[in-house]
Amino acid sequence: MEGQELPYVLIDCIGGKHGVYEDHVEFLEKHFHLVTMKEYLENKKFLSKKIRAIYMWYHKPVINEELLQSLPNLKIVANSGVGIDHLDLKLLSSYGVKVSNTPFVVSTDTADLGMALMLASSRRLVEGYQMAVSPDTEYFPADWVGAEVSGATLGIVGMGNIGYKVAERAKAFEMKILYHNRNQRNKEEESSVGAIYCKKIDDLLRQSDFVLLSVNLTPQTCRLIGKRELELMKPTATLINISRGLVVDQDALVEALQNRVIKAAALDVTYPEPLPRDHPLLQLRNVVITPHIGSATKKTRRLMMENMTDSIEAGLAGLPVPNEVLL
Amino acid sequence: MFMSKAFSLLKPVRLKMSGQSNEADRFIHPAAASRGQHCRRSVDCERRYKTHRGSAGRRPTSAPQIKVMAEEELPGVLILDIGGTHGVLENLAALLKKHFHLITMREFLENKKELKKKIQSVFVFECRPTIDRELLESLPNLKVIGNSGVGVDHLDLKMISKFGVKVTNTPRAVADPTADIGMALMLASARRLVEGCQIAVSPETKHFAVDWLGVELTGATLGIIGMGSIGYKVARRATAFDMRILYHNRNRRRKEEEEAVGAHYCEKMEDLLQQSDFVMLVVNLTPETHKLIGKKELELMKPTATLINISRGAVIDQDALVEALQNKVIRAAALDVTYPEPLPRDHPLLKLNNIIITPHIGTATVQALHMMAEEAIANMLAVLNGQPIPSEVFPK
Repeated sequence: MEGQELPYVLIDCIGGKHGVYEDHVEFLEKHFHLVTMKEYLENKKFLSKKIRAIYMWYHKPVINEELLQSLPNLKIVANSGVGIDHLDLKLLSSYGVKVSNTPFVVSTDTADLGMALMLASSRRLVEGYQMAVSPDTEYFPADWVGAEVSGATLGIVGMGNIGYKVAERAKAFEMKILYHNRNQRNKEEESSVGAIYCKKIDDLLRQSDFVLLSVNLTPQTCRLIGKRELELMKPTATLINISRGLVVDQDALVEALQNRVIKAAALDVTYPEPLPRDHPLLQLRNVVITPHIGSATKKTRRLMMENMTDSIEAGLAGLPVPNEVLL
Repeated sequence: MFMSKAFSLLKPVRLKMSGQSNEADRFIHPAAASRGQHCRRSVDCERRYKTHRGSAGRRPTSAPQIKVMAEEELPGVLILDIGGTHGVLENLAALLKKHFHLITMREFLENKKELKKKIQSVFVFECRPTIDRELLESLPNLKVIGNSGVGVDHLDLKMISKFGVKVTNTPRAVADPTADIGMALMLASARRLVEGCQIAVSPETKHFAVDWLGVELTGATLGIIGMGSIGYKVARRATAFDMRILYHNRNRRRKEEEEAVGAHYCEKMEDLLQQSDFVMLVVNLTPETHKLIGKKELELMKPTATLINISRGAVIDQDALVEALQNKVIRAAALDVTYPEPLPRDHPLLKLNNIIITPHIGTATVQALHMMAEEAIANMLAVLNGQPIPSEVFPK
């Protein structure tokens, strides 16, 4: 593209705890003229008309009506990751702005983390590690036991890309796989992973040793798992959440864990993130929490960045946008 | 704390009676047999020692019982203790009591004269009681040592054999849970799960950094050293994560077996070490595998590689490992086993931040402990009844 200016794309910042990765910048600058929020605010008059896309990396920059009003040529917002519950899609659409996400690249890593949480929780890996390294440990007690994953029943709530990949992995552990989804998958897909459809979530909850949530967050899935659902689960069951914190009624979860209504929980996501430091979930012994690392690998983040670049370029060229999120 | 159920796979046996059912031979779970359980063709499945997969997973169900004989008529089995820090768990002792007259070490020492002749077997649980020459000399009727677990590196097989005593282990019961722990460690290490947990709960945490990253499993290369029952099950699981699988073994597996899990044979361990992102040790401990992984091997590994050990601590030269981890010769290690266990509290391995250690929990599940006891019982009874022994271990 000789002599042609690269499109101006707004980002929050580079580097640090929240910014666009420094080692991604080289690639991005081949395609875009990056404008940081700081630069934009210092030179609004000139830049506001130039900016045609926003590269939203981990929810930043925050997009509100004020920002949309001051960017008259904004065509597309590319979001990192698959979840878009933090975006006001209606608002963006009303300004004629397209939205894209990165649904496929995150699937395997997130499914891997779901398996990691299930195994770590069931085999008490974190507790075991603490015992192995504790200054007080003199011997390993013979009656210290966990529960097996192999051969147990896994209930997957939400059988999209991620849920399906979890099923593929769980099958290799000879787990019995149940799933609940808005729509039933076709027969080949089901038999390929040996998954049995539960039209009613209650049936899945009653039979599962592990319940894994891999739905997206929508008004329908908000607080999908509450007191009633937790009470339907086996007292020996473990809840694993790799979707969004709000899919679970957190207060109900705390109570259920404290009263041993269910055995344990393993959460990559909470609401908010991080939890307040005095939150009861942090005190419970039968909870494993990870800091929302479902897609946190070098490779995947790089692929996300590349996907987002493709989406922005297509959006600006008036071509069909890969991974466009439609209302 | 753990579930205690009254299982009875095996009927109590009268010794030296003809027409008695062959316990060892019938080591196909009755429920599995009746459901026509499909037995996958795999090397580790000569007799299908697998319980049926009900919704609770690998949990044995009860079978009808013959009236229990008077305790004293049953063959004597020596154990360290019931309960306590190192004793046989109570529910497992209950299983033993169905077939044996249980004698604890303390009871034996208090009444050696009378009890020595009764003891025909020893149930070794978590490496105890220690089998030494003195003990063997004091048990004239000892026929078999039934080990709970597959590793027998703590037993002097040559010495025991000289006393005409057989040794058995429990390879079938350990395979699934140990393969699971191998996967758990590999995943936890790759995704920095333990560190992540610490961040998630730390009082200092204010935000989650977005540049906090682990490494991928999908598409990575796993090198399995030791492709026995456990190694093969690891391969089967890892394949589902889209990992590329290499393996090194004394003997190459059959083509069908390799293809079933997509595993490529590396005749030279060096080739495996150089190509793998994750190296998992699944060998038994023998003089040949002692310090199998030392400085040279660690230096052959990629600097981005992770070493996982679910075999025995002594398979690795621990000092070399410490150095390699400190100098980032390899990225990280995840060990379920060390030498000794536990490590001394000032050991350098405990100070490193690129290591996960678990307290030898490869078979620490309710189901596994139960199945190991049952497998050991079946083995011991087979020896005492002169029947084919499911898993006897021979000295080299």
